[in-house]
Amino acid sequence: MASTIIQRKKIETVSPTRKLVMGIVFVVISGLILLFFALNSEAEWITTFVMNPGGLERGLAGDWVLPTSLTLYVLVGLTLGMGIYQLLRGFGKQTNAILGVVVALFVFAFLTWAAGGKSLNLGGMLSSAVLLSVPITLGAFSGVLCERAGVVNIAIEGMMLMASMVGALVGSITQSLIIGLLASIAASVLLALVHAVLSIKYKINQIISGTVINIFSAGMTSYISAKFLQRYEYLNGPPIFPRFPIPLLADIPIIGPILFNQNIFVYAMFILLIVLQVALFRTRWGLRLRSVGEHPKAADTLGINVFRTRYMAVLLGGVVAGIGGAFFTLGSVGRFDEMMTAGKGYIGLAAMVFGNWTPIGSFGAGMLFGFADSIATKLSILGTTIPPQFMSMAPYITTMIVLAGIVGKGQMPAADGEPYEKE
Amino acid sequence: MTQDNENKHNFNKLNHVAEEVLADSTKKKSIWQTMLIPALAILTGLILGAVIIISTSEEVYTGFQQSFGAGLSASWSAVANSYSSLFKGAFGDPAYIIESLRSGDALEIRRALNPFLESLVVATPYIFAGLAVALGFRAGLFNIGVEGQLFMGAIAATYVGYSIKGLPGFIHMPLALLAGAAGGAIWGFVPGWLKAKTGGHEVINTIMMNWIAFRLTEWLLTGPMTRPNAGRIPVSPIIEKSAEIPQFFKAPIRFHLGFFIALAVAYLIYWLLFKTTWGFNLRTVGANPRAAKYAGMNIARNTIMAMTISGALAGLAGANQVLAINRSMAIGLSSGYGFDSIALALLGNSHPFGVILGALFFGVLRNGATKMMVTTAIPIDIISILQALILMFVAAPAIIRAIYRIRKPKAGDEAVVFAGSWGGNK
Repeated sequence: MASTIIQRKKIETVSPTRKLVMGIVFVVISGLILLFFALNSEAEWITTFVMNPGGLERGLAGDWVLPTSLTLYVLVGLTLGMGIYQLLRGFGKQTNAILGVVVALFVFAFLTWAAGGKSLNLGGMLSSAVLLSVPITLGAFSGVLCERAGVVNIAIEGMMLMASMVGALVGSITQSLIIGLLASIAASVLLALVHAVLSIKYKINQIISGTVINIFSAGMTSYISAKFLQRYEYLNGPPIFPRFPIPLLADIPIIGPILFNQNIFVYAMFILLIVLQVALFRTRWGLRLRSVGEHPKAADTLGINVFRTRYMAVLLGGVVAGIGGAFFTLGSVGRFDEMMTAGKGYIGLAAMVFGNWTPIGSFGAGMLFGFADSIATKLSILGTTIPPQFMSMAPYITTMIVLAGIVGKGQMPAADGEPYEKE
Repeated sequence: MTQDNENKHNFNKLNHVAEEVLADSTKKKSIWQTMLIPALAILTGLILGAVIIISTSEEVYTGFQQSFGAGLSASWSAVANSYSSLFKGAFGDPAYIIESLRSGDALEIRRALNPFLESLVVATPYIFAGLAVALGFRAGLFNIGVEGQLFMGAIAATYVGYSIKGLPGFIHMPLALLAGAAGGAIWGFVPGWLKAKTGGHEVINTIMMNWIAFRLTEWLLTGPMTRPNAGRIPVSPIIEKSAEIPQFFKAPIRFHLGFFIALAVAYLIYWLLFKTTWGFNLRTVGANPRAAKYAGMNIARNTIMAMTISGALAGLAGANQVLAINRSMAIGLSSGYGFDSIALALLGNSHPFGVILGALFFGVLRNGATKMMVTTAIPIDIISILQALILMFVAAPAIIRAIYRIRKPKAGDEAVVFAGSWGGNK
């Protein structure tokens, strides 16, 4: 098994097909910008991007006023240039990051075109994208923790749903944000424990175990909601974590209001990103955790307790998913509605795959998916004819493409999903 | 390992697998043994459900405030009321049935039996969807995308149902059903193809396909397939009379031909899986892909075929609902059939006949719970909780064995619950 991993790595760095495919993808994107946006815009159009989310006094920035078609042609040139460089020389290890840049340029081109002759609050859009990406990214982090240790977790959706309900209920009764948040985390960890026991101790199929939790959470939260939350309003009115601008950082123009004038869930996401990335890839703890996910038998031989490591990873994943679930009720809406996670846990799973089982990649994917969500809600305002549903589909389709290895094979932990049998 | 040794090893493995797969279709296990774990799983689930009903009942808390005895009796009556109304809702009121049989009035009898017939109606999509999951399991695939395939099947059947006019019923209805199967089949084919050609795991891909299907349905029902003059409600036009699956009795009895179509399809799948070479290959690939490959079986083709047929079965579930019950397509078509069917396929040991039994049980449960919600104000979501618990116990028989002190059966006697891994079989 270890040899296959090494082989895979070797193939990945030198694979000429992949280099070629990626180059073609870049050129095609460039062509799409030209065909759909650049050639479709009027010469006298001016695009105005408002860069202030609104309601702020700090970190203000001027509007971006861009001549529409000139901007679009510049974008065509940029993406085409990257495509040609990729075809001739290749970006090597940076290819995935460059793909992200190209996709971002494509989205920017789309917005420039859609807002041609109009003005669009890009700052507000980005700010809401950050907020929308929180549950997706936290769900993905939870998945990274579990799967790096070799436990597949499709129960993130169920864990977040339960956490959001419990957070709303406890938060309403105690009128305390902290207790509500802690209750959310506790509920999620409890479900994570069930998942861990079922899949590590009883060794049942981890996808079935996840399905158990998802069905159970859907049933239980709707049951409690129908029986109590909907009937007694005082049980469904938790306080909401307020926005909290970080001193100094919030004063940076453009970035400040978008990233550093949010609530603690967004900051928790940033902190978790750094902590997880460092812990998983730069510490002995992380090395052990990953070794359990790659080759449990070898890890066991070296004296690592496979079962305990896996339990710990799944429970920590539960903590992260609990924070993500609490976001729905305590971080944004302030009340619980049935099935309110609406598949965000599954998109989190997708973001994890897209982000190649790393925190930083998951974060990037989560941001991208959050931005797609944010655009989908604004499409009708922009007056384009593209149905918002197609925008919402984009994350799912990109995930399938990534999974198919067309844009670089993801490196899934080798023993992901395999129960460990101690001999 | 040298090449020679490996070949030998694979050959032995293959023999072993072939024996197992063959034994599975010929050996007559005692019914008692096969049914024991599922039966106890259901029993345990119902007991835990009772605990949930008691602990969320306000009467129980007021009872315990008065006295311990009053609390106990309130607990008992809460459980007895709910489960008896669930039973009556699912099978009919025994007193009423006896009375109607005495009177001999055909109409009265039908009315008295209607709750049971309605349970069969509710069970019908479960049979199709359960077969879809079971077939996947047999081929070593986890089709978690039944929900999306069901939606695509329903959309396709609806489109054929309302857009084609002037066909006679015996052509139009089967055509619409076939369209439904095709719609689901396409949605199953894509992840199957991706799995076979690129190794992309079917679980992630089917989950993604589910959400694509939901969004696509949303768009179709608000855009190209929307009902004229329906305002902005996302609903399709009503299907033609000729496309309807006929109901046997007058309203409100909805019992329809679809139930028997489902039984026939279940038999067909049984025959395919256990009586044909193709089914043998499929099950061998599911049991041990490496050995199957060594025997020269085409794994890629089997994977694609299995996912496509699985999708077609799920599509039939959706088509059935539209053509027999709803007569048009709306967003809220399915109430979680796709995920419930995973539970019932495992409950039925991934065997077509087991699936029928599991589907009947789930039909009874859901139909009964609908009535229970009306009479006792217990939300219908209780059945999702029950289903999750039952799924857990069926999948982890060790828990059941520990509770009821059952000895571990001999190796190979116990139904092997499908246990593939995320990374597929490398």
